[in-house]
Amino acid sequence: MILEAIDSWIFLEKTILILTIVSITFFIAMYSTWAERKVAAVMQDRRGPNRAGPFGLFQPLADGLKLFMKEEIIPTVSSKYLFVMAPALAIITALMTSAVIPWGNTIHLFGRDISLQITDINIGILYIFGVVSLGVYGIMIGGWASNNKFSLLSAIRGASQMISYELAMGLSLIALLMMTGSLRLSVIVTQQSEGLFNWNILYQPLGFLLFFICALAECNRTPFDLPEAENELNFGYHQEYSSMKLGFYLFAEYINMFISGVVMATLFFGGYDIPFVNESLWGNEWWVALLGFGILLTKALFFVFVFMWIRWTIPRFRYDQLMNLGWKGLIPLALINMILTAAGMLFFGK
Amino acid sequence: MGITAILFWTLSTLAVFSALMMVVSKNPVYSVLWLILVFFAISGHYLLMNAQFLAIVNIIVYAGAIMVLFLYVLMLMDLKKDTEQKRNRGILFAGVLAGGCLLLVLVAALLKTDEASVLVQTQVGNIGLIEELGKILFKEYLIPFEVSSILFLSAMVGAVVIGKK
Repeated sequence: MILEAIDSWIFLEKTILILTIVSITFFIAMYSTWAERKVAAVMQDRRGPNRAGPFGLFQPLADGLKLFMKEEIIPTVSSKYLFVMAPALAIITALMTSAVIPWGNTIHLFGRDISLQITDINIGILYIFGVVSLGVYGIMIGGWASNNKFSLLSAIRGASQMISYELAMGLSLIALLMMTGSLRLSVIVTQQSEGLFNWNILYQPLGFLLFFICALAECNRTPFDLPEAENELNFGYHQEYSSMKLGFYLFAEYINMFISGVVMATLFFGGYDIPFVNESLWGNEWWVALLGFGILLTKALFFVFVFMWIRWTIPRFRYDQLMNLGWKGLIPLALINMILTAAGMLFFGK
Repeated sequence: MGITAILFWTLSTLAVFSALMMVVSKNPVYSVLWLILVFFAISGHYLLMNAQFLAIVNIIVYAGAIMVLFLYVLMLMDLKKDTEQKRNRGILFAGVLAGGCLLLVLVAALLKTDEASVLVQTQVGNIGLIEELGKILFKEYLIPFEVSSILFLSAMVGAVVIGKK
């Protein structure tokens, strides 16, 4: 926090960067809702949305308009401030993670080196964990403030599920951190960019698998979407919500999916590194950085697709199965992975 | 007034105000939420003192885990029936007296301190950064560190034993 070193242009630069990243995230989340229905349609041999525009591409706009125009209902028995605050919290925590992700290489523009990372703090991964651990408040406060038994049950489920899987998520990353030796995301990506193909997935396949499963649970996606189990809980924690407040909750889920895809791509799949080429030979051109950004988006969107694929393939877990998997399956596996990695590093003297 | 001073006063006001609101809130769920705000303000203070690791761990552990569990328990209780316990004048008086005594002792102790020698230094030092802290914990204070982790383990085992009964 050396404030003297900050020149005035950096505010403009960072503002533009933040606005760009947030708009791109919103855009992707918007079209994820369309893609989700199209993926479901293909897997169930249907056509999916195809009325609004070519291939139903305007469907998200129609949905958004509908959500904005709907009547806003706040139950009289709810805690009003918290009821309104909860969806905002959900979407803020969903967006906050994007601040530490290196979205691309440094761009040299107007005689300045512009980093495509909003902030490069030396506790990057811990920051992500901090934001993820706060993500549960949107669900919990919303469920409680609705003053509805189903919402409350769903909020409690969501909270216990997220706390359980956060542990396994943290443990699965410790092995990765032992290898990289840094919590800085930019350093982790730079290490993977060296050479032609040096991604962390080669050294940490089990760690990635555990992280992926925990990410599914943290995003409340099938097979871990117990907070929204409609056959038991009607609609879940957002049962009492209407209009755009409901839209915020649904939107936050898709933002979470996209961001967790980006985090997985950054930690295990080289971030903005283009595979099988050594792009550092191409120099410090602006189009190299943009190409890297595109590559990162492609990787992230692939993970979003896998999330959808899983949703329409695997049925939901039962609650005790969920807890057994988290506490008796994933956490011991993560610990074993940690010990194996440590032993390997000692043996190979890395 | 530099930007550090502005941040300091904003965070301090926020912390004290939230702490007061936490005490006076009638609904325990609101109390917990105000307490979370206090933790955020304190984390901001850690950042001003260049202790990034401490700041983020404060958020992960206290705001992200312990307070979630508090909220979890409070939400499960049916608060409508017994939010207001019957006020007993005698208990109220005893509470005010005990709290006042504590305040008196604290103020008296703080008045005697030599404040000039212990001024907090902001934006300098790197002991709060994760690399330095890790080196010190695992080199100089290795034994106390491991002993305290055994303490936590025994607490966990104790909780499991009680839970199994």
